[in-house]
Amino acid sequence: MSTAPNMVVGQSRAARWSFNIAVVMLCLWVLIPLYLLISNAFSAPADVNAFPKKILPNVDTESVKFFIGFYGVTKALWSSVQVAFLTMIMAVAIGAPAGYALSRFDFRGKNLFRIMILMTRAFPLPLLALPMAIMFIKVGLDDTVFGLAIVHTTLALPFSVLITFSLFSGIPLELEEAAWTLGCNRLQAFIKVIFPLVLPGITASAIFAFVTSWNEVFAAAVLTIENRTLPAFLLQSLDDAPLHLKFAGGAVLVLPALLFLFFVRKYLFSMWGIANR
Amino acid sequence: MQSRSLPYLLLLPATLFLLCFFLYPFVLVAWQAFATDEGEVTSKYFAKMVSHWKFEKALYYTLVLALVVVPVQLVLSLLMATLVSGMKKGRDLILYIWTIPLGISDLAAGIIWLAIFDQTGFLNSFLHTTGMVDEPVAFLGYQSKGTIFIAVALAEIWRATAIMLVILVAGIGLIPKEYYEAAQVYGANGWQRFTKITLPLLKPSLQTALILRVILAFEVFAVVSALGGTNLPVLMGEVYNRQFVLQDNHTAAAFAMLILFISIVSTVFFMWALRTPKGVKA
Repeated sequence: MSTAPNMVVGQSRAARWSFNIAVVMLCLWVLIPLYLLISNAFSAPADVNAFPKKILPNVDTESVKFFIGFYGVTKALWSSVQVAFLTMIMAVAIGAPAGYALSRFDFRGKNLFRIMILMTRAFPLPLLALPMAIMFIKVGLDDTVFGLAIVHTTLALPFSVLITFSLFSGIPLELEEAAWTLGCNRLQAFIKVIFPLVLPGITASAIFAFVTSWNEVFAAAVLTIENRTLPAFLLQSLDDAPLHLKFAGGAVLVLPALLFLFFVRKYLFSMWGIANR
Repeated sequence: MQSRSLPYLLLLPATLFLLCFFLYPFVLVAWQAFATDEGEVTSKYFAKMVSHWKFEKALYYTLVLALVVVPVQLVLSLLMATLVSGMKKGRDLILYIWTIPLGISDLAAGIIWLAIFDQTGFLNSFLHTTGMVDEPVAFLGYQSKGTIFIAVALAEIWRATAIMLVILVAGIGLIPKEYYEAAQVYGANGWQRFTKITLPLLKPSLQTALILRVILAFEVFAVVSALGGTNLPVLMGEVYNRQFVLQDNHTAAAFAMLILFISIVSTVFFMWALRTPKGVKA
């Protein structure tokens, strides 16, 4: 990451202090609500429904156990993992070659393709679930893990193309050319030279696709009935589920996503830096 | 392999995928909104949509929510991006904390703010313990649309400011450092450097961030479901009700067309309002 210019002159003491206070306040603004959810999820059901609430919980896994044991939850979790996994594979397998082509070749129609990719971002993509519901009934993909993964891939694909495009653009063409002069063909050069270099970035874009699918609610709720994913399950039980079920479910939804994003944090920025242009 | 056909071969899977699962479905959904199952072109689904008693409210709340939430997020993300760029130690840690909500789904964000605004939630506990209220207040009850709206707005601001922050931080990273040094030499203060250098050169990033954020704001759905149930109607919630609960595909498609329409209008607006004059580049 490039070190950005210092735009806050504030070398005076008061300015330093207000700078620090603003930073701390904004951190608390992000962290406190998250803490409250986690603290609720790890409280006994009786404490969750009690009033007034304590800020420091008596740590208890009863709510989480209740949630995991609740009818349909393990199945929903399994569906979520399957859909996210399929999405991840499809988004990378389809997106990475496109990213490579955009970074390495000049050809007619390149701009048209880029516009199509950018266009997908200017559309409310979850709405795709409506026509897909009808399409899937016709081809027998309705209420399947694979069908939902297709819709989620549409969500994740533009990002996968853009991330891999920026990754490949970051690797000098000379490296590849050197491998060619040493007797590699295009494929060998790619596998031996380029692939190891971009592997961490590809993993990052895969994880990003996984999280996109894991978190998606609308399409999942519209397209699945039997094979509900965890967000779809939670959405449909909002009306009648007890509070501790909602909070434990929310925590189970949030924690893996946070863990995954921790590993890809440095790629978030390179991706958007390129995507701007 | 010929390197002339190679790029097309590499783009083929992505192109086919987008044609089948992006462009074609959008044609389908438009057709569904304008035509009956028998293929007869009609406007009756739009008439049905408009005449529904929830229609005006759903449109109103969706638009007002975007109008309230997005400007706050713009200011907040600009502030955060500026703070971060003035930071030497701990920059990565602070950025990680501020981008945490990026990994949190809208449904989970709704549930998180439910923990605060629920009748037995943390806000009521706080008010009760400090003696400000005697009885817990039903912030999210069906009669308190105002507080539901505030809760939804806060949850949206909390959850989705990070996406703008990431785009703006990346954009600020692209601005040449020399501009700031030169400005400093000529005696420009922090505010002047922000308005004369950062803002104008950040235009493309601001454009991307606003387009993306406003479209997402029009799609608001799960946060509202978690906090307000159906007490606060929004457009996307109506699509869901039509499609999933009432099995009325055509009216759902009409609602979808409306969301698409306001999304396109806002995209075109930001492309025009924040256009970069030709030949000017950071």
